[in-house]
Amino acid sequence: MTHGQVHRAITLEVSGLACGHGDVVLASGLTFSVPGGTALALRGANGVGKSTLLLTLAGLLPPLQGSIALAGYDPEDGPAFHHCGHRNAVRPRLSVLQTLDFWAAINGRTGLSPTSALDRLGLGAIAGLDAGYLSAGQQRRLALARLLVSQRPVWLLDEPLAALDAEGQGLVVTLLAEHLDAGGLAVIATHDDLALKGLVTLTLGGGA
Amino acid sequence: MSGFLGIVRRDLRLALTGGGEMMTLLLFFVIVGAITPFAVGPDQALLARIAPGIVWIAAFLAMLLGLDRLLRPDREDGTLALYRLADLPMAAIIAAKVIVYWLTSALPLIVASPFLALILAMDAEAFWRTMVSLLLGTPALAAFGTFGAAVTVAIRRGGLLAPILIAPLCVPVLIFGVGAIAPMGGPDQAQAAMLLLAALSLMAVALAPFAAALAIDWGEE
Repeated sequence: MTHGQVHRAITLEVSGLACGHGDVVLASGLTFSVPGGTALALRGANGVGKSTLLLTLAGLLPPLQGSIALAGYDPEDGPAFHHCGHRNAVRPRLSVLQTLDFWAAINGRTGLSPTSALDRLGLGAIAGLDAGYLSAGQQRRLALARLLVSQRPVWLLDEPLAALDAEGQGLVVTLLAEHLDAGGLAVIATHDDLALKGLVTLTLGGGA
Repeated sequence: MSGFLGIVRRDLRLALTGGGEMMTLLLFFVIVGAITPFAVGPDQALLARIAPGIVWIAAFLAMLLGLDRLLRPDREDGTLALYRLADLPMAAIIAAKVIVYWLTSALPLIVASPFLALILAMDAEAFWRTMVSLLLGTPALAAFGTFGAAVTVAIRRGGLLAPILIAPLCVPVLIFGVGAIAPMGGPDQAQAAMLLLAALSLMAVALAPFAAALAIDWGEE
């Protein structure tokens, strides 16, 4: 991805954060900071709260305690977070290109054009196909293409490698590396090893 | 603005390719009207008198049918969560959905209402009033419906709850909607009912997107 502009120098600062659903606290006392250009890998057993932490960081769940701040970010620039969760938000009866164009329309066309983002993710040849016919891996690729059509400095990825083939997994790492090079940052919940420069690991639960 | 149109385009596309969802509403609307003469008997005078009410009841019930498909599929596939991270404010997204909901569930009914007028032995004057009152009143139903869908979207099996929730809100629309068709105390009151109906719609359409956006934000938390 050729970034037209490099993101501002920003840092995701989390202090004393507790997250969970309602009364159920999954993780607490989380303090970390992720400066621009680096990525944080969240590890831990299933159900330890990785996804919940990502939702909380995205602002989709209220933090139970503590604070999340994005130092150096100008709110005028619009939403800072891309969240890519388990659900791909891919709807049958819309074509692959229509789906991506829709996200570009409501998130702002600040990144790649939808067609070139699809090419990047290897979906260029099936742009006209009904998205309902995509395999799980292709749906995941389409969900990831959403991150490229609108530039945002913080990527929150939940198991981005799930359902992807070896080539796709390599592609995610490449995209992440380019995102970090441009000054962006990422928090990634994963069970796999990511060959990524500047990756810091945070293990939730148990042996933290 | 391009984001707003993006939502309208996407939802219209989904609704129009949706495998006959619109047709279901339309059939329901016509069937309610068509079975009424059998239920109340073939008294033409009586039918003509209660026809406005029947048209409005049929329209109201038919619009309720489409309510559950308004936001629930978006929530289930994760789209709704992403709306909250979108550049476009949630209220604008909901406003777009109100428009699409009206276009795909109210407009077809209005187009089909001449058929119902025929079955119910309405005269031409009452028929025109019906069309106009539906045109003026259904935006309010669409706005209240969207609000109800937003409040119940986080509740599993909340599909039945939304109609119960919005029914009281829709009562004034039905009262003035029918009042605008069937002048009860002279034509002047029908005029007033028509104006009140339009005012209700304007207010509902202006406020519902904000209320619905708040409901979605709170419901998810």
